[in-house]
Amino acid sequence: MIPAAFDYVRADSAEAAIGLVAEHGDEAKLLAGGMSLIPLMKLRLATPAVIVDIGRVRDLSYVRDAGDHLAIGALTRHRDLETSDVLARDCGVLRAVAAQVGDNQVRHRGTIGGSVAHGDPASDLPAALVALDATFVVRGPGGERTVAATDFFRGFLETALGPDELLCEIRVPKSGPNGYAYEKFNRRAQDWAIVGALAARVGGTTRVALVNMGPVPLRAAAVEEALAAGGSVPDAAALAAEGTEPPHDLNASPEYREHLARVLVRRALEAL
Amino acid sequence: MSILGTRVLRAEDARLLTTGGTFIDGLALPDALHVAFVRSPVAHARIESVDTTAARSRPGVVAVLTAGDVDLPPEPRSHRRVPDAMERPRIARDVVRFVGEVVAVVVAGSRAQAADAAEAVVVEYDPLPAVVDPEAARRDEVLLFPDAGTNVAFSMPSRAGDDFFAGCEVVVEQRIVNQRVAPCPLEVRAAAARWDGRRLTQWACTQNPHGTRAGLAAALGLDTGAVRVVTPDVGGGFGAKHGTYPEEVIVAWLARRLARPVRWVETRGESMCALGHGRAQVQVARLGGTRDGRLLAYRLEVLQDVGAYPSGATLLPYMTRMMASGVYDIPAVDVDVVDVVTNTTPVEAYRGAGRPEATAALERVVDRFAAEIGLDPAEVRRRNLVAPDRFPFTTPTKATYDSGAYEAALDRVLEAAGYPRLRAEQAARRDRGDTRQLGIGLSMYVEITNPGGEPEYGSVEVRADGTAVARTGTSAHGQGHDTAFAMIVSAATGIPFEAIEVRHGDTDDVPRGHGTGGSRSLQAGGSAISGAVDLLIERARERAAELLEANPGDVVIDPGRGVFHVAGTPALARSWAELARPGPLAAEYDFEPPGATFPFGAHLAVVEVDTETGRVELVRHVACDDAGTVLNPLLFDGQVHGGIAQGAAQALFEEFVYDADGNPRTANLADYAFPSAAELPSFERVPMETPTPLNPLGAKGVGEAGTIGATPAVHNAVVDALAHLGVRHVDMPCTPEHVWLALRSAAPPPARAGE
Repeated sequence: MIPAAFDYVRADSAEAAIGLVAEHGDEAKLLAGGMSLIPLMKLRLATPAVIVDIGRVRDLSYVRDAGDHLAIGALTRHRDLETSDVLARDCGVLRAVAAQVGDNQVRHRGTIGGSVAHGDPASDLPAALVALDATFVVRGPGGERTVAATDFFRGFLETALGPDELLCEIRVPKSGPNGYAYEKFNRRAQDWAIVGALAARVGGTTRVALVNMGPVPLRAAAVEEALAAGGSVPDAAALAAEGTEPPHDLNASPEYREHLARVLVRRALEAL
Repeated sequence: MSILGTRVLRAEDARLLTTGGTFIDGLALPDALHVAFVRSPVAHARIESVDTTAARSRPGVVAVLTAGDVDLPPEPRSHRRVPDAMERPRIARDVVRFVGEVVAVVVAGSRAQAADAAEAVVVEYDPLPAVVDPEAARRDEVLLFPDAGTNVAFSMPSRAGDDFFAGCEVVVEQRIVNQRVAPCPLEVRAAAARWDGRRLTQWACTQNPHGTRAGLAAALGLDTGAVRVVTPDVGGGFGAKHGTYPEEVIVAWLARRLARPVRWVETRGESMCALGHGRAQVQVARLGGTRDGRLLAYRLEVLQDVGAYPSGATLLPYMTRMMASGVYDIPAVDVDVVDVVTNTTPVEAYRGAGRPEATAALERVVDRFAAEIGLDPAEVRRRNLVAPDRFPFTTPTKATYDSGAYEAALDRVLEAAGYPRLRAEQAARRDRGDTRQLGIGLSMYVEITNPGGEPEYGSVEVRADGTAVARTGTSAHGQGHDTAFAMIVSAATGIPFEAIEVRHGDTDDVPRGHGTGGSRSLQAGGSAISGAVDLLIERARERAAELLEANPGDVVIDPGRGVFHVAGTPALARSWAELARPGPLAAEYDFEPPGATFPFGAHLAVVEVDTETGRVELVRHVACDDAGTVLNPLLFDGQVHGGIAQGAAQALFEEFVYDADGNPRTANLADYAFPSAAELPSFERVPMETPTPLNPLGAKGVGEAGTIGATPAVHNAVVDALAHLGVRHVDMPCTPEHVWLALRSAAPPPARAGE
């Protein structure tokens, strides 16, 4: 449980972080809250030569009303999302999902940007951001670009983020204080979801997203279409496993996950 | 009023909760070298070569050693009938037999240097087929020790004839997997050692300092007088820290060979694979009786997976056999035992050590029997309990129970739980097809504590300032010995509780002892302290008589004031300080228990099972644990609460899993589902005290009771919740997926006539 030797540098701003990553190239790894990276390093499954610590880049920690949307700094900690008045008013779903991440200690350290950039399909927030059709603002040596959440997650722990880029901001629509339900199914309170089902009303549509039902966070497109076409909740929920590729692990077979997805989506929709 | 029986707060807590105590990891040991072990990443392989060249050249490395460099004898055999060929070398020599087995040892200037150099040791393995499943191991197709010719390490065959169940109108059978679990103490293993040219001082993270002294002395070829074992604070053991591990012996050997202090602290990942595991039995239980609920014959087949080397687990089935028939008066009882080796972590004692396995099998199959004859499970139990007027009661498997009041425990639990109301609520939910079904699970147990019947040492000494020191040969690792033993001394002497120091764990300070295990500390260690206090008071009375110029027979102690005086003249008294001033005032006593004690109890668990997802929630757990006279209800609660949590954890959460090649899949606490308070309800304890006649305190052991009672109560509750849907059994742990699979494969029972 002792990481391999590494060099440590701390960035004080987004620009400095991008510069340090450019300087060290592939050897470097960004450290935000460290809730995924540090355990991987302690198990020596990750052995970066240089750690660029961005945990203290204060100007990337905020939740702002940006007019037609909300802007969230990538280094905003889960605890700050969980207690944000701005989210309570304009995006209750994100606040509620943030409150379900890990445990208190994890939420005080982990950041929304770290969770997104890690790209773990078992994490709660990426699925919520996919449901919300969030936009990610990414900066690199060549400037800034935006990526849609649905395009961002490419595969298991694989994202559209380049090795020299920094995720800076997450933009979500204003979906109001209510109109969501998140069914997180796990064995212990602090565990990752075995399956999670999120239902949310955004604008005039009902969005359904699934946690841990494939290599990336998914939208349950068949369910959404059935609802849009006027289908009943039970009929729509029965389609929850369509288009998924659930993993097989100690907690669940793919078949069991498909069953859970149907039950949990139905319950989430019933609770809307 | 006596301090005995009151909720005295733990004397240990202020220190443990503020300064963190002193654990081996934090011991000040200037110049100590650090040890890291290179462990096998494969379950079964021939070691082709070990190349230490690169590791030796790493910064700070002092030594890199393999089996050929270390002249240590193999571990002593756990039983004389275990085949010689199954001996365990302290460092694997030619073959590795489980993931985590030590292959090489690195010593370096810092812990990080040792860890880095350990990674640089190159071991070439030639893989051998692995056998992980004990039922497969028993077929002897893959042998761990070809020279033994079998994987069977030990057996105790059945004595039953073909007519064993003759006369039974009903016989039920259930195969039960009592799954392998990892003990997960909060403090992982650690050891430190220093050799001063003449003597070894070993700091040990153990339950049993004197046993460790004997084990180290034997391994190193030293006289026990040349070994001092010191046990600082220990963060839990649960049975797995009772023996002496190869790593501890190697640390001692290194200190002597290198003439430098050395220290080793394992990682959690190492601990999950190299600290002994628990349970790991596959059982087939058959129970026969009459249609009106009288149990007549019980047969239990035990296949004990002992792991890669027959260690502590070899003898666990002895206990399972002894306690097989539990609280019931069953005329015919037969147990068949086979121990097999597998390519997995060796199994050791774990909280209950063979008794929980007995209770889990019996209580599960009693429920099946009740279901088969259509009688309430509480009623089947009641009809077969050993009656209170039959103690001492000797069972067919030769356990002699000292005292008990089993029906009273059952009654108290049923009443406290509101059993009829729970059954009514269950019926209502069944009627309306609720997706949250209620399950009510009962278990009753009797267990054996201080099973070896070992003696124990205690001493008390009063200092000239009137304070006292008590010494015990037991060894605390979380239980509260300091509090319990100080209470015993204070109650009898009147010396204030705060003025009594309790010492344990240093073999130079305490001459002998048998450590803490088998729930023995209060009944054996406490009784020894009590005996020493009695002697001390006799000596003090004689000294008081001299000072008071009175006949010793006329001098009495006033424990309320902590003084001695002549009967009838309390104003003229002598204090402990005055009595201790002329010279040492001390006594020691070795308590020889006349036999083991048998605590018992009844547990009732209430679960809600989500029939759509299979998720189980333990919503209530009512426990009546009778361990004789209670010294301190607060300590008692602590033991029972922890025990219930651990027992419920086996029923619902924990399992150490290997893949078919013997790779551990649950070697960290993210994958190994160790529950927290968030997953458990507030436990309801129902008091009951039936003293044992076998020691002056009337106390039996309570350390393991909660675990023993809880697992089958929770397990039975899960099955009970689903019984109306045709489920007859769910394999532990009752995970959501296991429950869902059981529901899917269950055939709904046919509707009975009239329903």
